[in-house]
Parts: sequence; C-alpha cells; structure tokens
Amino acid sequence: MSRIELKHIDKFYGSNHVLRDINLVIEDGDFMTLLGPSGCGKTTTLRVVSGLEKPQSGYMTIDGREVINCDDAFYEEPSKRGLNLVFQSYALWPHMTVYDNIAFGLKIKKMAKAEIDKAVGDSLKMLRIEQFADRYPNELSGGQQQRVAIARAIASKPRLLLLDEPLSNLDAKLRIDMRSELKRLHLEMGTTIIYVTHDQVEALTMSTKIALFKEGVLNQVATPMEIYMNPIDLTAADFIGNPRINLLDGKANYDGVTLSASCGLGDYKFSGDLVSHTEEIPKGSFECVFAMRPEQIEICTEKEAGAIEADVYASQPAGSETLITLRVGGHEFIAKQLGIQDYKMNQKVYIKVDPDILNVYNKKTERLIKLARLLRK
Amino acid sequence: MKPAQPAPDSEKGNHTFCAGGDRFPAGERGVHVANAKIKKKPMTSKRAKNLFLNVVTNPFNMIVLICLICLIGLIVVPLLEMLKNTITLAQSELRRVHGNVGDFTLYYWKYMCASQMSKAVLWEPLGNSLLIGFFVALISVPLGSILAWLMVRSDIPMKKQIGMLIIIPYMIPSWCKALSWLAVFRNSRSGQLGFLAGLGVPIPDWLAYGPIAIILVMVLHYYAFAYIMVSGSLRSINSELEEMAEIQGANKVQILKSITLPLVLPAVLSATIMSLSKSVGSYGVAANLGTRIGYYTLATKMRTFIDGTPKGVGYAMSILLILLASGTIFANQHAVGTRKSYETMGGKGTRHTPIPLGKAKAPLLIFIVVFLVVAMVLPMFVLVMESFQIRTGGGYGLDNLTLYNYIGESENLTLNVNGIFKNVNFFKALWNTVLLSIIASVITAFSGQFLGYISTRGRGKWYGQLTEQLVFIPYLMPGVAFSAIYLAMFSRPRLGGLIPSLYGTFTLILLVSIVKHFPFASRSGTANMLQISTELEEAADLAGASFWKRMASIIIPLAKQGFISGFMLVFISIAKELDLIILLMTPETRNLSYLAFQYSQDGYAQMSDAISICVLLFILVCYIIANHFGADIGKSWG
Repeated sequence: MSRIELKHIDKFYGSNHVLRDINLVIEDGDFMTLLGPSGCGKTTTLRVVSGLEKPQSGYMTIDGREVINCDDAFYEEPSKRGLNLVFQSYALWPHMTVYDNIAFGLKIKKMAKAEIDKAVGDSLKMLRIEQFADRYPNELSGGQQQRVAIARAIASKPRLLLLDEPLSNLDAKLRIDMRSELKRLHLEMGTTIIYVTHDQVEALTMSTKIALFKEGVLNQVATPMEIYMNPIDLTAADFIGNPRINLLDGKANYDGVTLSASCGLGDYKFSGDLVSHTEEIPKGSFECVFAMRPEQIEICTEKEAGAIEADVYASQPAGSETLITLRVGGHEFIAKQLGIQDYKMNQKVYIKVDPDILNVYNKKTERLIKLARLLRK
Repeated sequence: MKPAQPAPDSEKGNHTFCAGGDRFPAGERGVHVANAKIKKKPMTSKRAKNLFLNVVTNPFNMIVLICLICLIGLIVVPLLEMLKNTITLAQSELRRVHGNVGDFTLYYWKYMCASQMSKAVLWEPLGNSLLIGFFVALISVPLGSILAWLMVRSDIPMKKQIGMLIIIPYMIPSWCKALSWLAVFRNSRSGQLGFLAGLGVPIPDWLAYGPIAIILVMVLHYYAFAYIMVSGSLRSINSELEEMAEIQGANKVQILKSITLPLVLPAVLSATIMSLSKSVGSYGVAANLGTRIGYYTLATKMRTFIDGTPKGVGYAMSILLILLASGTIFANQHAVGTRKSYETMGGKGTRHTPIPLGKAKAPLLIFIVVFLVVAMVLPMFVLVMESFQIRTGGGYGLDNLTLYNYIGESENLTLNVNGIFKNVNFFKALWNTVLLSIIASVITAFSGQFLGYISTRGRGKWYGQLTEQLVFIPYLMPGVAFSAIYLAMFSRPRLGGLIPSLYGTFTLILLVSIVKHFPFASRSGTANMLQISTELEEAADLAGASFWKRMASIIIPLAKQGFISGFMLVFISIAKELDLIILLMTPETRNLSYLAFQYSQDGYAQMSDAISICVLLFILVCYIIANHFGADIGKSWG
C-alpha cells in the first residue's frame, strides 16, 4: 500500500548505461509489471527500487518519503524501505527449515515469539503450504519452494512487494496456477506489487499496468489492453502478442486532419481520435507500416463486399485454435481462428480487417501514428 | 546543476564500493555507450557526509581495507625489503667494500653475476637447477599423462586400486622420498651402506647422489601431480566428442591425436610448467641428495649464503629463483590462458565409454604394477625395514633387527641419540609440528574464506582483482625463497619497534606458513563462496540483517563444509613442509621434517627413517580424515 515514484534514474555499470532517465510512478495498490526482453534493464530497475543497487543519478520516493537522492548520495537501506523481494532463484536459505526461512526477518525485527508464530502461520496458510513448515528447501518441489519464497516475502507485511521473474523456473502448468494465485494474493493483501517478467502473457494477464522497457529506456507505460491494442512503436508491437503481429509495408499521406494509407489489403482513411495526437506526423506522403493482430483478420470462404482474395499457404490446427498462413500478392501473414478449422493448402479465401482496430506506424520513426479504438461498438 | 562532464574517479568509487555488488559483470548487460557520461554533482556538505558514511558504515568495506593492508604488509613490503637488502651495504661486508652501512651498492649482484666467484655461486647451480627442472618435466609429465589416459579412458582392469596407489606418492613429502632413495642406494661414502650396497651391488656416487638421484626422486613426486591435472582434464571431456570422430571414420590413433590430445593439451602444458617451476625451486630433495658430494642447485646454494655471508648474495639469488619460477608460470598463463576454456567446453561429460586396449592390456597392466612396486612399494619397504636395523645394509637377519631406533636408550648421548620415543627432541619437534599445523591452518583457512569472500563479491571491481592478484604472489615463489623474504623483513624490529625482531621465533615460522598458503586457502575459499549465491545474502539484507548477522547466520553455516576440507588440506601441507621453514629453524623451533633432515645429514639414518615413518603415518591419518570430510587430494598442493 504505497505509491512509488522514480525520477530521472540513471544507472551505469562501468561505461554501460543500463538505465536511462527512468521516470515511473506506481500508484498505491497497482500491480505494475516491468516487461521487456532480457538485458533491457527491468531487473536493474527492480533492484534499484529494492535498494540492492545504487543508481548514479535520480530520486526515488515511497509515499512521498525520500529513499534515493543521488545529489546527496543518500540511499535508504533496503530493510528500511518497507518492502520485500521474491528472487528469481527463490534464494531460500538451504540450511534453514521453511519455518526458519520465513521467521528470519521477523526475528531480526525482534518480534515476540507468539507474534512470529502467528505471522508465519498466516503466510503459510495464505500460500497453502502449512504442512511443509518443518521441511528443508531441498525437500520441496520447485512449485513448493516458490510458495515458500512468496510466503517469506509477505510474512513481514510489506507495503510493497517486488517479484523478479518468479514463475520462470516453473513448468508451464504450474505457471498458470501460480498466475491466478498471485492475482488473488494481490487482491487479498492490497499491497502494491512490482513484477518483473519477460513473459508477455504473465504481464497481460496479471497486471493493472505494464511498463515496457527497451534497451534501458522506459518505452511505454499503460494498461495491458492499451499496450496490446496500441503498442507505441514497432519494437513493442513485435514484442507483444503471440503469434506475433503481422506487419505490412504501405504508403501514407497526411494533410493535417486526415491520414490516408494504403497497402496490399486496401485503401483506408482515418481521422479524429484514431490519428495520434502525441506523435508528430509528417505532412505529405511517406512510407508506413500496417500492423494487425492475427485474430483481427476475418476469413470468409465466400466472396463478400470489401473482402480481399487470398491464398492459404499453410494451416496449423492445434485444437483450441488454428493458425492460417495467408498470401496476398507478395505479402505473407498469419491469421488466427478459434477451434479446429479446416483449410486446404492453396485454397482461395477472402479476408476482412476492421480498419478501426488496425495500427499504422511511420516507417521512418517506427512510432505509432494510427491508434486502434479500444472498445468496439 | 553543472554541465555534463566526464565521470571523475571519486564519483565511481561511490557506487562501486558497496556490499552485495553488481549482479552482472560490466559488458554483459545493457547497451554499451562509448561515451557514457555521469553528470558531476555539486559537492554539498550533505553529499560529502553521506558519501563518507556510505563507505565507513559498511563493515564489508572495512574488512576489505584491513585485508588489503595485511596483504600488502605481508607480501609486497617484505618482497621490496628483500630487494632493498640486495642493494644496500651490510655491516659484514665493510671489510671488503668501501662505504658505510646502508649505502647503495651493486656489490652483491656483481658478486653473484660478474665476479671470479660467479661460476661457483651462480652459473653452475643455475645450470644444475635448470637441468633438473628440464628432465623432471620431461619424464614426469609424459609418464603422468599416459597413466592418466590409461586410468580414465582405457579399459585397464583394477582401476580403483591402481588409481589409489598412483596418487599415494603425492601425499608423501618429497624429502621422505629422498630418504628412501638413500635407504636403497646409499654407498660407503656416507659411512652407512644402503640396501643394494649391503647386498654387495657396487653403487657408484653418480647414482647414489647428484643429479640422477635428484631427478628420479622428483619425477616420482611430480608424475603424480601431472597425473592429477591431466586425468581431471580427461574426465571433463565427453566421450561423445570422440565417438563423433569415430562415426566420421577416424581410427583410434587419429582420435587420440586430433581430438583427445588437443583437448587435454592445456592441462599437459600446465603440468609441464608447474613441475618445471616447482622442481627448479625445490630444496629438500636437492639438499638430501646433492650437498654430500658438493652438488648444488640454486636453492641449496642460496641457503649457504643466507646462513653465512654475504647474505645479500643469498637474497639476490632468491630473487633470481622467484623470477625463474614466476616467469615460467606467467609464460604458461600467457600461452595457455585463452585455451583453458577447453576444460569446461565438454564439461557436461559424465558418460565414458572405455576404449578397449586389446592385446596391449596385459603388458600395460604389468608395466603399471612393476612401476608401482619398484617406485613406491620397494623403497617404502626398505625405508621401514631400515628403521629397525642395527647396521644399515646389513640384511634382515634377526641379529640385525632392533627396536632401538624407536625405544632404545643410549648410555653415551654424545655419540648416539635415544630412540625417538625416548628422545626429548622428537617430542619437542612433534609438539612443534602439531602446534604449527593446527594454528597455521586454522588461521589460513579462516583468512582463505574471507579472502575468497572478497574476491567473489568483488568480481570485476578493483578491490576484488587486487585481492586476487596479491594473494596469488606467494604461489609464484619457491618455499625456500619465500622464507628468505621473511628473514630479510623480520630479522630486525619493524615499525619503530612495534613489531620486535622475529628471528628464530615460532611466530615467524607461523607467519610464513600462513602467508605461503594464502593462495591455496583463498582459492578453496573462493570456490566455496561461489557456491553461495549473492541472492541468499541479499534476501537477508532485505530482511534487515546486518553484515555481521548475515555472516553469522547465512555465510558461515553454508561455508562450513568447504571450510573444513580446505582446513584439512592446508593442515597436511604444513605438517609435511620442509622447504618453506628450513631457513627459519632453530633448535627450539624445529619440527619433525627438519629433525629427520638433520638426523639424515648427521648420519643417524635409522632415526631419520623412524621419524619420517611417523610423519607418513600422521599424514595418512589426516588424509583419511580429510577424505571423510569430502576434501579432494587432487586439490592439495604437494
């Protein structure tokens, strides 16, 4: 339950500029996910917040209280920031039982024995691992160790909980279970959570907000759906979504009000809210890139008005969904349909795309210039 | 705020000097910016105060500081002091050289390199040392490598038993092996006959003493060293690499030549250089087998100068010895350095398909067994038997056997000495040995863990690298040269009398034993600390544990196992040490290995044998205990 504010954070390792002018506000009760490919600075940001890493410049406050002020070389000790961290490796102390692992921090706070017992018991119960209290970490499975690590982090009732890729060491099935557990945990505790991951599904499913990193820079901060529907640039568009977004080269023309754009799928005109107000769009004609999600492409077997003829290049039914690779002219792209669909190779089909929900990028700057309408009528 | 300027060093110091450390070494993460700049911040009083407090209130920084001061004071300063001794005039040379005590002089270096004495002082001993080193490496490395290949990769039978026997010579101190050589080959020159001479076999001087004897005895020590290094490397090679070559159509010889050999080459090279470097600087064997016939190596000649005059020449020689030994090691690192990565490349390999030897199996097995019997079992047997003999070389008839050497009491103590268990000197030496080993190894092992902690947590930082480099220095020095440094440093009061003259004291011997074993202890400490993830510590840090609390409840409990095995290996190494402490011995401080050496020099061969048998048993028991705690003999430094 606290509001975190990072201002102008810069972090160097030698001459490596790993965090560049990071500005981020995490509101009280947020589930903020720091998302990006490996090496983009998200874990470093988390470690700066935790106090394990000291940035070279910038400021940070928790609930208005200053914890980092690089001008004064002031760094509040990690343990005095009222937070706790779950490490990717869990970092359970192998020579202590589950109980001792969880009680360690409480003992250091000199809590009374009865209070410690209650706190440990509560967090064990919350994670449903009461029966393992006397076991050693190496006697537990990966998923159980994971729960112990979380139990240890929440036992001290931190106002801020940090999680560093906590699910990356679990198998796919456990990961889905833990995702819902973590979401419940967030709701029950009401704690502010900062969560680091490179897995976009984790980010999209759990967060209230996502901070997208790119090479040490904060690229976009928005709600999951906003990030999914309107990725701020081509890198973000390419990173989010599975199967990946379809990108088609096209031509655009902007007269200051209306953006007309065309590609192999047709000619479109956009105006009003759909045209970006934050991005500077060059007047006249320029090259652009169309981006559409595979599930946004509708396929019909019969010719319809506005539909474009396409060839089925390959079809991959996978039970719950079917991926269809299509070709129009020289372009190749992927469409996704629910359930098992039966398409033959080289079959002729007709495709439609709702112009409201596709994105257009300026090819030169790679920035988003045409937004998708979030809620469809 | 001022305009951006390049980062000054003081700025850098502020963020690099913190516990926990950066998780990723520079260069691995993030975007490399050629001209990355950190804005210089105005120095306010608040900032200055915080910068100071950040450094001072962190106990880790204080420990680093103390360790660095100790390392510099114990390694760098003595080395420089000895260097200074070789270029300043001492009292004893005033008769021959014009000048005052303390004047700058090149007298000692000239005496050594460019005087009428040079041939006897420098060139001959140097030649002898190099000759010995060359032949020791030439024989022991191929021998060790072939044995290693047979034991690791071939289908030779009785692997477990033979494998144990092959490394036993490595546990036996090399001076013990010199004694058993004498027990077998001694001739009438030393007044007592050896085993062969006693049987009537004429043993010429050139066989009993001198270069051949020294080389063969050292080979018996260093082949095991080469064996351990090469077999370790062979084990790390996945046999799939060889099987792949087989699928491609290569025959056994081709596989050996173009796959296996190149992969173990770095290990073979290292073994060559190490045995060369170590045998050049070794003292005990050369002194036992060479000085009797006036055959000197650099190490033995050096001692005659340090014990006598001019001492400056002795110090100059030990500098030469250090340069020689460290030069070869550096050359090795330069040559092998980058290729060392081979060792981990096939590191997953646990599966080994033995290569059938076919018809060669029986002859090879016989060769190994004969080698082990001749090289180890027989000499040991002769050594043990000799300790029960009245006259050496007089056969094993009941009339020539006695327990006198163990429990006898002599009526005339000026001519003879009591059996060792009735001998005050023996018990004093035993006490000294045990005391020295225990105290030195406890302190060394503790320091090793701390040094290892600093090296691992300071990876990629200036203090981590500095610690690693400083700790490595004693490794480059032959033991006898290392103690010469300490003699030069501590034979008079230092720091204005704060440190009294330590000459002839137990403290000095203790100090030398500790510092000389720093490289080994810190290496085992580093390996130990690498296993303890920094995240375990960070988790405790977040929970509010102070540095000392983290040490006590996280680091020490987890480091215990590695600490014990490191401790045992240092303990054994100190218990059998001779080269390192021989310069510092006085009748009050002598230990078992020195007593045995002295008795052997004085003609009490059986007493000397009896003592070395005691030392051997002691070491063997220690190895068994160490093994129980998971210590690896291959990791000890013979």
